[in-house]
Order: sequence, then structure tokens, then C-alpha cells
Amino acid sequence: MTDRDGAIAAPARGFLRDLRRLSVFTVKRLAALFLTVLVGVYLTILIANMGGQVDELRMVQIQSTVAEQVRADPAFFDLSAQERNELIQRQVQLEVDRLRLDQPFIVRSVDYLQQAIRLDLGRSEHMHSDRGAREVYWIIVERLPATLLLFGTANLLVFFASVFIALGLSRRYGSALDRSVIALAPSSAAPGWFYGIFLILLFAFVIPILPAGGMVDVPPPEGTLAYAASLLRHMLLPVTAMFISTIFISIYSWRTFFLIHSSEDYVEMARAKGLPSGLIERRYVLRPTLSPIITSFALMLIGLWSGAIILEQVFNWPGLGTLLFQAIGHRDTPVIIGTVVIFAYLLAVTVFLLDILYALLDPRVRVGTG
Amino acid sequence: MRPLLDGLRRMGRYPSALVGLAIIFALVGTAVFTVVTIPYGQALELWRGGDVWRMHPVNARPAWVDRIAGSNLPRTIVVSSDDAVIEEEPFVGGNRLRIPLEFDFDYDGFPSELNLFLTSSHTEREPFVRLTWETPDGRELNLGGRRPAREERVSISQDWELERRLGRVPHVGLFAAEPEGDGPPEVIGGRYRLVVDAITFEADARVDADLVVYGRVHGLAGTDHQRRDLMVALLWGIPVALAFGLLAAVGTTVTTLVIAAAGVWYGGWVDAVIQRLTEVNIILPMLPILVMVGTLYSTSIWVMLGVVIALGIFSAGIKMYRAMLLPIRESPYIEAAKAYGAGNARIILRYMIPRILPVLIPTFVTLIPTFVFLEASLALLGLGDPVLPTWGKVMNDAQTQSALYHGFYYWVLSPAALLMLTGLGFAMLGFALDRIFNPRLRTM
Repeated sequence: MTDRDGAIAAPARGFLRDLRRLSVFTVKRLAALFLTVLVGVYLTILIANMGGQVDELRMVQIQSTVAEQVRADPAFFDLSAQERNELIQRQVQLEVDRLRLDQPFIVRSVDYLQQAIRLDLGRSEHMHSDRGAREVYWIIVERLPATLLLFGTANLLVFFASVFIALGLSRRYGSALDRSVIALAPSSAAPGWFYGIFLILLFAFVIPILPAGGMVDVPPPEGTLAYAASLLRHMLLPVTAMFISTIFISIYSWRTFFLIHSSEDYVEMARAKGLPSGLIERRYVLRPTLSPIITSFALMLIGLWSGAIILEQVFNWPGLGTLLFQAIGHRDTPVIIGTVVIFAYLLAVTVFLLDILYALLDPRVRVGTG
Repeated sequence: MRPLLDGLRRMGRYPSALVGLAIIFALVGTAVFTVVTIPYGQALELWRGGDVWRMHPVNARPAWVDRIAGSNLPRTIVVSSDDAVIEEEPFVGGNRLRIPLEFDFDYDGFPSELNLFLTSSHTEREPFVRLTWETPDGRELNLGGRRPAREERVSISQDWELERRLGRVPHVGLFAAEPEGDGPPEVIGGRYRLVVDAITFEADARVDADLVVYGRVHGLAGTDHQRRDLMVALLWGIPVALAFGLLAAVGTTVTTLVIAAAGVWYGGWVDAVIQRLTEVNIILPMLPILVMVGTLYSTSIWVMLGVVIALGIFSAGIKMYRAMLLPIRESPYIEAAKAYGAGNARIILRYMIPRILPVLIPTFVTLIPTFVFLEASLALLGLGDPVLPTWGKVMNDAQTQSALYHGFYYWVLSPAALLMLTGLGFAMLGFALDRIFNPRLRTM
């Protein structure tokens, strides 16, 4: 209570205190999430290694690197094939000792964990990035912006559209519009890719006005403006697909939520005071419900990351999902494991950002009681 | 159990619940019918493809689509020598057979393929067979002669020599009027005849012939690129989807609920561990891990089911159930149970869980389609079950064969429609149940 009084009396000091508490909270959350990621990645490694896959991979990688080195080294050019093979064998053995590959898995899994955490994801078996790199890290990093662009756009669109439409509907509760939107909610049982197929069928084949897939025209248009226009045209269908598949269910849940909260006593009180309905919505309904809204938004985002994979594949969008699909086709295990690790990171980052947002919105965190 | 029964009775007032229930019952009924009429082993056998389907056309659309479109595309016609009047003329050391294979062709389009299957029962010396094609307008075309093995497939459609002679693909050229100018070929309706003249060189050797004029439409569901009737996959997709969805939903909700209740009841470190595990599980990406398991181990649907359940145990739902269970733990009737000496397991299973079961039922019902679509998603990524016919696998086939590009819309639309129907059925029921069992929603 004294804290709160202080905050009113001296806003500057209150702000500093808020900042301090926030940073403490941030550091705590970061530490907790880091531990979470650690455990998550470790579990991934365990799953991936159950068939001894990671070990086999590393052996193959060591052998190929050593063989490459020996062949490329001019000092060994005059060796006979047999001598060279023996040399390679010796080098491989040295490398195996150095990496402790002969040690039990439990000891080495810690090594793998350390590498994965440092994003040292190894080299791919067959695939390479568009620039020709064989490092899994670069292959993934190249695809990341495409995924972020598509899903960032779609999610923000769905989020803001659904919250505002829901607010409007909760005001006109019971109207024909309200009822029809609610009746449409079960349509969200189908994921985005499902609607994507129909959209492609309709707008790319029956009425060919939009591209069926890809990210930009081939060849990419010159000039930033033309490029952006082409990008927009390609984004339209996948974003619409995601929008259709999530919008009605989000509207439904927000509407329910707002309805529950607008029947709270303090809202009734504000109404009785004769406050304008806009103000009531902003200050009395939206403000206290913001944190749960954010939480549910976080859960939706997390769910959407998975849906991303198929949607991208259906629309041939050159993002992480398509990468994973291609990696399945090539049976390129390092890329698959790398993608899983990156997805785990993405989810953790999502959780973290929303935590911070949550802290900013929830006064309890700032005053240190939450 | 009281609120459960009450809730079920109230369901009659929600039309969407009834529609959802009707859809679900229809699906379950069809599933049972399918499993009874096409047993598991037979379904796998059929879906493996191969010779079973040799009499079926490739990529034929469903017949009803053709009816709706108002066209009259050819159906598959099979003319067997068993039904033909065979003229026999025995001679010393052999037999001369004349098998006229007659059929009426009254369609607007050309067939998609033309094959003749010959079976001969000779032991040492192959018979000699000569084929003559007779069109309704009285033309006679010599399709050449051959010495068939015991089982021979004569692909008339792929007879390059004949194609050169006709100037068109044989299954078009043989049914078209005499070409005049460069216009598109015109189909002639009427009675066609393929005469198979066979000379056997063994007294008791027989020659049987089956002429297959492959249509462009087939049955209710059409066929795919391997001539398989899509009906098999569409029908068998129902029990597979229902079983997968139901088992996954039961597996995840029940375990999650029990674990949440145990965490709330025991509290302390048990609760803390459960909470931390839930947080870890939230950042574990479900689909990529399924993909990883699928590529590294097995794509069997049952392995996938196991992984889905394992990953679903510590799902975000735990947080929700925990919030609901916390106040229940403090309620007087639990205290009373403790007082009479009820054990931990009894309190959790008999007193805590039943209290939140009504809230759980809608979630459970709406979860089912999520898993049905998950299975389809995996199949679409090429990680479908290797042997079972499922909707997702049909869509995956369609995708890899560029069905939309080639205009085989039915190939994508029919499994998609079934998926949608399943999803809608459960979702409609689930949403109605949500309104019934969540009192805060009901009062509004």
C-alpha cells in the first residue's frame, strides 16, 4: 500500500522502481526460460538419439571431413591409396578420441546439448543453403525471415481483428450478426492449410488471378516497390487461409470472455454512473482483461508455429516449414534435428516476449506482488 | 454423474448439437459398415494396389460429377469372352477360334485407354492370335497378330505402330470418325466389335480374352493414378480418423487431468515438477518432433499416436485444470473424505476429477478433430502410415501428382470434404456442449 502511495506522490521514482522490478522479473523469466529450453533441447536430443542416429551422423561427418582434409592436403599427395586410407583411419580415431565418441551416451549428450544451445547445429548431409553453405545454422537462418514475415503478419491480423470484432459483437450480443459469427466458430476445426487448398483451387486454378505458391515471381522483379507488390500478391492467399482458420474461434472466445467480464459488478457500476460505452470498454472491460488476452494470444501463437509447417508446404512458401518438408524428403537428419531445436527456440522466444508484455500490462508484476 | 445426465438431456435444445451428433453417428455407422464389409487385411491388400485394379481406369472422376456437369463421359466397359458366342473349328492337332467381343458405345467422349487381356491354357506351343477392329460405320482395322504367353496384356493404347497408322492415339483413333481436315476428332456411337481370331496348336487349349474399354468416370469416388478406387481409402479413412482422433483425445485429456489433479492434491515438489514439465512441454514443438520421429523411426500411425499422447500429457491444459482444481481441494466435502480416511488415489480419482469432468467434456469433443487433422497433416507431409489407407494419404498422393494442376479436383475435394465433415460434426457438438456445461456461458 505504501508503495502505491509513493508511486502517486513521486512518478519519477515510481517509474524507476517499476523499471527495476521489471528488469528483475525479466532476468528471472530469462533464467527460467533458459532452463526450460535446456531441458527441452535435451529431450529432443534424447528422442533423436534413441536409434543412435546422432552418433552415426557424427561418425559419417568426421569421416567425410577427415577424408576431405587428407585428400586436399598437398603433403599427402604422393601416398598410395592404402597408406592414405590408414592415415584417414588414424585421423578418424584421433577425432573420435577427441570428441569422446567412445564414451557412454549420457556423458556425450551433455556435449550435444552444449552445441545445440550454442546453435552449432552441425553440417547437413545433402541440403545446402541458397548461398551454398552446408552449415545447418545458415540453411535455417536463410529461411527464418520468410516464416516470420508470413506468420507475423497473419497472427497480428487475426489478433487485432478478432479482439475488435469481439468487442463489437459483445456490445450487440444476440443480434443476427453475433449469432452467425458464433455459428461459424466450428469452422476453425480445420487448420489453415486445409483452407489453403481450397483457396488455391479457387483463386489459382478456377479463377487464375493469384499465384498458387512461392514467395515472389520468378525471376524476382527489380526495384523494391515491384518486389514488395509481388510479395504481397503471394502472401495474400496463405494469410487469408490462416485468417479464415483462426478468426472465428478467436472471435468466439474473446466475445465469451468480454461478455463474462462486462457483467462484472464494477462494469455495471460504471454503466450506472453513466460513463460513455467507449470509455467503459476501454477502461473497464479491456484493461483488466488484457493479461488473459495476451496469455491466450501466446497459446494461439504457439499452436500456429506447428500449423506453419504444412501451410508453407501447401503454398510452397520458402520458410522453415518447407525446409523441414524438404529435409524429410532428403532424410537429412541434421537439418531435421536443427529445425526442431530452432522451433523450440522460437517457441521460447514467443513465450518470453509475451511474458514481458504480460509484465508490462499486469500491475501486480510491477508492484512486486505477482 | 447427475450434472452429466442433466447436460445430455439439455442437448436436445441445441440444434447444432443435434446436427453434430447426427454427423458423428453417420460417420460411426459408416465406419462400422466399412470395417465389416472390407476387413482390415483386405483393405491393406487393396490399397497396396497392383493387379487387382487392372480393370480400373487411371484418374477417372466420380460418375456423379459427370452427371451433374451434364456430360456423358464413357464408363469402363469390360467385354469378356465368357459372354461371347465363340465359333470353334477344330482341326488335327489344334483348334481355330473366333471370339467376337461386342459392346455398345454411346458416350460423348473417348475412352481413356484400351487394353486386351489374353489368357491361354497352352502347355508348350503358344497359340496365334489376330485382332480385327470393326467400327459401327463398317470399317475394319487390322490390329495385328501376336503369340500370347499364358497371361498377356495387349496394350492397344500403346501400340505406336497403330497410332502412326491412325494419326491419333489408338483409344481415340479407333472410336473416331474418318478424319476430315484438322478438326477435333469426333466420336462415333454404336456397336463396336473386336474380333479375336485365335489358332491353338494343342487340341484342348483354350484362349480367353477380356477387352477393357477404360472410361473417364468411375463409381462414386473416382480412381487415382494407380487405378485404385478412391472409395476404399475414403471409406477406410473414416474408422482410421475416428480411432486416431478418439484415442488421442482420450489419451491426452485423461492423463492430463489425472496428473493435474495429482499435482494439486499433493502440492509441494510434485506440483512444482509438474509445472516445470508443463513449461518445458509448451516449448517442445509437437509437429516437428512428430516429423523427426516419423523420419528416424517409423511412420506407423500407432507410433505417431503414442508420441502424440506422450507429448500431450503435460500440455498447456494442465494449467487450466489446475486453476479449476485448486479451489476444489479446499472444499468441505474433500475435508470430509479425508476425515473418513479416504486414500490419496481415492480422493483424486473419485472426488476431485468427477467435479471438473463436465467442463472437460466440451474440450474433449473439440479436441478430436484437431487430432484427425493432425493425422492428415502428417500424411500430407509424406509421413502417413505406410500401409493404411487414410484421407491424408489420398491428399498427399493428389498433391504429389499435381491433381489441382491437372484438373482432378475430385481427388482433393472428396477427402477434404470428409475431413471437414468430421471436423464440423465434432466441433458443432463440442461448442454446444461448451454452452451446456459451462454455466457462465449458459446464463448469457
